[in-house]
Amino acid sequence: MIFLSLFITFFKIGLFGFGGGYGMLSLIQHETVETHHWLSTAEFTDIVAISQMTPGPIGINSATYCGYTAIQNAGYGSGMAVLGSATATFALVLPSLILMILISKMFMKYMNTPLVQSVFTGLRPAVVGLLAAATLLLCNEENFSTPKENPWQFFISCALLIATAVGTGYLKINPIRMICYAGIAGLLLLY
Amino acid sequence: MNIYWESFKTFFKIGIFTLGGGYAMIPLIEEEVVNKHRWVEKEEMLDLIAIAQSCPGVFAINIAIFIGYKLRQERGAIATALGTALPSFLIILAIAIFFKQFEDNRIVAAIFRGIRPAVVALIAVPTFRLGQRAKLNKFTIWIPVVCALLIWALGVSPIYIIIAAGLAGYIYGRLNKANQI
Repeated sequence: MIFLSLFITFFKIGLFGFGGGYGMLSLIQHETVETHHWLSTAEFTDIVAISQMTPGPIGINSATYCGYTAIQNAGYGSGMAVLGSATATFALVLPSLILMILISKMFMKYMNTPLVQSVFTGLRPAVVGLLAAATLLLCNEENFSTPKENPWQFFISCALLIATAVGTGYLKINPIRMICYAGIAGLLLLY
Repeated sequence: MNIYWESFKTFFKIGIFTLGGGYAMIPLIEEEVVNKHRWVEKEEMLDLIAIAQSCPGVFAINIAIFIGYKLRQERGAIATALGTALPSFLIILAIAIFFKQFEDNRIVAAIFRGIRPAVVALIAVPTFRLGQRAKLNKFTIWIPVVCALLIWALGVSPIYIIIAAGLAGYIYGRLNKANQI
């Protein structure tokens, strides 16, 4: 049953994932963390970090990772877990395969009509909201700790958040390099 | 050489070198698909990119499917989609298998405690950039704010937000059209 539910979940993500990798983040998070509890917020954040540092689209990366961990957490062995990865990834790609072939076959000429364009005009501001929600949902105690529980980690976490925002937003430092710096800071300050 | 193998190999290569998300790979795709293999013309490529960007799903996969389908219909599309997805699938699978063993390691745990807040910033920054690109003004700025609050505070599924936003855009487009006539 968990295979079926993996398939349905990632099919939905593939079908409604508008706005590129970042737009998809919110959906992946809602489905895998909030709805199915296949991942914790911390694990989801780790996948985003790993996706930034390895090649490949974040959608594929999280499908592969989720498929593996969800099956393993359900108590199956590694062989079945690899099958779970394949199921989730296939399910994510399937809507694209169907849609793109349909468009190639018959709808190519309709794609640039004003009416279709107005649908995308409606989607664009919503995708901004989706990404904002994903950001807000990641600001929790799993990622930052709390001032009460561990004030030192909370303080360092906030400092790293600001430093990374300034570093990538204004100073145009490469995100991968920024992740490495944050990792080193974590090792030195939060060990 | 067999065209299936050739296109699979090309997109496998594109899949390996896509560091930092879909848009970074556009120049690479153009180089391989337009200049080197001449599978599509430059103008057609621009159209394909525009359509693939506005469609749901993974951008890189969408482009790969378009080109695969153009070359050899359904089977060509499967070959190119597989080629694009396989590198990340294998890399992440390896990480999933090994990361599980190091998760509880104290050093790895400390490193990731530092990385997590940084990741939050890494998706906060593009939120603002995306907002600029969406040309939000004082009449539309409430849309993303309300959407974000619905998801974050009330736990509404992003899927409903997307359906509602698409419908709203469609209705707005129709009304505009009616007004012009």
